[in-house]
Amino acid sequence: MEVAQDTLTAPAAAETVNVSGSVALLEALIAEGTDTIFGYPGGAIMPIYDALFDYNDKLNHILVRHEQGGIHAGQGYARTSGKVGVVFATSGPGATNLVTGLADAQIDSTPLVCITGQVFAHLLGTDAFQETDVINITTPVTKWNYQITDATEIPEVIAKAFYIARSGRPGPVLIDITKNAQIQLFDFAGYKPCDHIRSYRPKPIVRPQYIQQAAELINSAQKPFILFGQGVILGGAEQEFKAFVEKSGIPAAWTVLGAGAIPSDHPLNVGMLGMHGNYGPNVLTNECDVLIAIGMRFDDRVTGRLDKYAKQAKVVHLDIDPAEIDKNVKSTVPVWGDCKETLPLLTKAIEKKEHIEWLAKFNDYTRQEVEAVIHNELNPTTPEMTMGEVIKQLNEITKGEAVIVTDVGQHQMVACRYAKFNNTRSNVTSGGLGTMGFALPAAIGAKFGAQDRTVVAIIGDGGFQMTCQELGTIMQSGIDVKIIILNNRFLGMVRQWQELFNQRRYSFVDIQSPDFVALAAAYRIPGKLVDDRADLTAALNEMLNTPGSFLLEIMVTKENNVFPMVPQGCSVSEIRLK
Amino acid sequence: MSEAEKKQEFNITIYTENQIGLLSRIAIIFTRRKINIDSLNTSPSEIDSIHRFNIVINEYEEVVRKLTRQIEKQVEVLKAYYHTNEDVIWQELALYKVSTDVIAEKVSVERLLRENGARAVVIRKDYTVFETTGHREETDNLISILQPYGLIEFVRSARVAIIKDSEGFNSKLREFERLEPGEEVIENEYLNQGEKVFTM
Repeated sequence: MEVAQDTLTAPAAAETVNVSGSVALLEALIAEGTDTIFGYPGGAIMPIYDALFDYNDKLNHILVRHEQGGIHAGQGYARTSGKVGVVFATSGPGATNLVTGLADAQIDSTPLVCITGQVFAHLLGTDAFQETDVINITTPVTKWNYQITDATEIPEVIAKAFYIARSGRPGPVLIDITKNAQIQLFDFAGYKPCDHIRSYRPKPIVRPQYIQQAAELINSAQKPFILFGQGVILGGAEQEFKAFVEKSGIPAAWTVLGAGAIPSDHPLNVGMLGMHGNYGPNVLTNECDVLIAIGMRFDDRVTGRLDKYAKQAKVVHLDIDPAEIDKNVKSTVPVWGDCKETLPLLTKAIEKKEHIEWLAKFNDYTRQEVEAVIHNELNPTTPEMTMGEVIKQLNEITKGEAVIVTDVGQHQMVACRYAKFNNTRSNVTSGGLGTMGFALPAAIGAKFGAQDRTVVAIIGDGGFQMTCQELGTIMQSGIDVKIIILNNRFLGMVRQWQELFNQRRYSFVDIQSPDFVALAAAYRIPGKLVDDRADLTAALNEMLNTPGSFLLEIMVTKENNVFPMVPQGCSVSEIRLK
Repeated sequence: MSEAEKKQEFNITIYTENQIGLLSRIAIIFTRRKINIDSLNTSPSEIDSIHRFNIVINEYEEVVRKLTRQIEKQVEVLKAYYHTNEDVIWQELALYKVSTDVIAEKVSVERLLRENGARAVVIRKDYTVFETTGHREETDNLISILQPYGLIEFVRSARVAIIKDSEGFNSKLREFERLEPGEEVIENEYLNQGEKVFTM
């Protein structure tokens, strides 16, 4: 009798399958909706790669050329698809090569699950071949990390990993799996997604009293101003945001990562915030009476000097992460919560208004900026091309429909300032960390994440050389990425600072480049070099119309500066037009 | 300068899961900002499986509030609180090793020890170990008293602190285990402004 009872209470034999930890991992990834993995094999992750051999039809593994490229591709994928990017790397150097990407994903709130191989559990702490303390190295740059030493932990830990990566304020998660756990066979009882961890609260509870207080402030405001960031996009709250902006009639400006949350040409979209943002949004930050910050974190590149930032304004701050409230700018009303939930409540509670005179002020500053900066940047009379005119030409061809992936530096600021975005999830760039070398691999991932869209990577001559080995990934995967190198033969942003603040002492910013078109050709990628304005439009069309990837190198003015500019340590209202 | 703007000792109490690596995850929140941890204690809490950290730092309240939020943001942290010394009952334990001969010869030493609430833990032929529990000033005071008599070894434990106004964590934990915890658990400091207990 006892035996019979045991078999009844134990899980039925048919429900469990005896599998390796590696197979359990891949089954878990599939159950989480993973279709693409960016990775690079190595000794300590070989059992997982061996299992992957049989999953070729379900999981598309993209072999990158460097683990940093792998993780940036994972980021690009996550940014365009809204899904969790998945990255594989081996132990030791494979894992340490992920660190830059983890830091980038952490500061830009990008959901990733990175799987690293690790030496056998019995070798941990022995300085075994390719052993590194990956958990401790990655702790400051991950939302969560965990080391698995026993295969039976895999289903539950992977479920937690995906839940943590994508919920609340998203972020990167790293799971380190020792080789023995990858090999170990166990009874896999099926995959159960995670929807609750008792010590983790992804979303603060929405407080009606704060919605009410915020609405009262907004309703009584004469000169209200909306600042929005990537939180709107991460929350999938673009429609809710648009409804709020349109009912309130309040001018709205974006952070670099918020670009595209509402279309560039929306009448209430008044431009970009921050160091190289637009004139009006910066100056009028210090004139508005109510500042409504939505899904943004008052980065120092946005605020400039904090003690002179919007001191006259009452601040309403909507954010999902309680640690962001009052971190840099003290809020009058903290609206904690997911903006997808809080925005509709706020929209309901506010009066429909228009702020015609106030909006006219923004437009007036825009006119001044066009006159002093934008017109010359987009319609130069110099023989050499400017970065701005390239972006302008690109806009005219793509009509704002393309995904624009940028690297870091002058070209990034110019692209963010001038690129048109009709759609959300169209601007992929390294915002918080400022990672040069981000764009090429991120563009590969961005295309895998949005296969029906045109993906254009805009990269400087410096940044391109940091991860240009990923041309090999493009060649082998056959992915279709349009690459524009804006070549000014300088590390332009540092040069600009040296010109403005270091008396033109150009210290190690004069960078030489290979023949980029020949480099692309070595990878069987067609390319072209343009150094004459007359050829620009045709070359852009050729790039966009050529099936598959294409590299277009465009020679631009050597010593052009990005303006406007809020110099470091200055207030946003001290923004310089030249 | 107002009270809030002065640096002072704050007691940070953290309820966590018992997870390898969490100590490091919490410690780097301080080290990243170049903030020294004066005292750190980890122990079980009133609830089986829930760990409790007691951390003492000397900082501005504004900084402590931000740190506490960063701590509470960690996945395996259930709750983080901070309190001034007035809001907690706290103790530290100290051990002192002195030569037994000195104690035996000098009656005054024994009297001094008694006056300071010290208790002999071990008495051997060659040395004696005394113990006191109390606030920092008290344990510090005994060091200076024993120093002239040849203090051989001294060690002090981390601080442990009980929150005066806390009702413990049992009811809170039950809420955390639910999918949709009640408001009183997911409180934030704005709603608790009038209360004596600072809480996130």
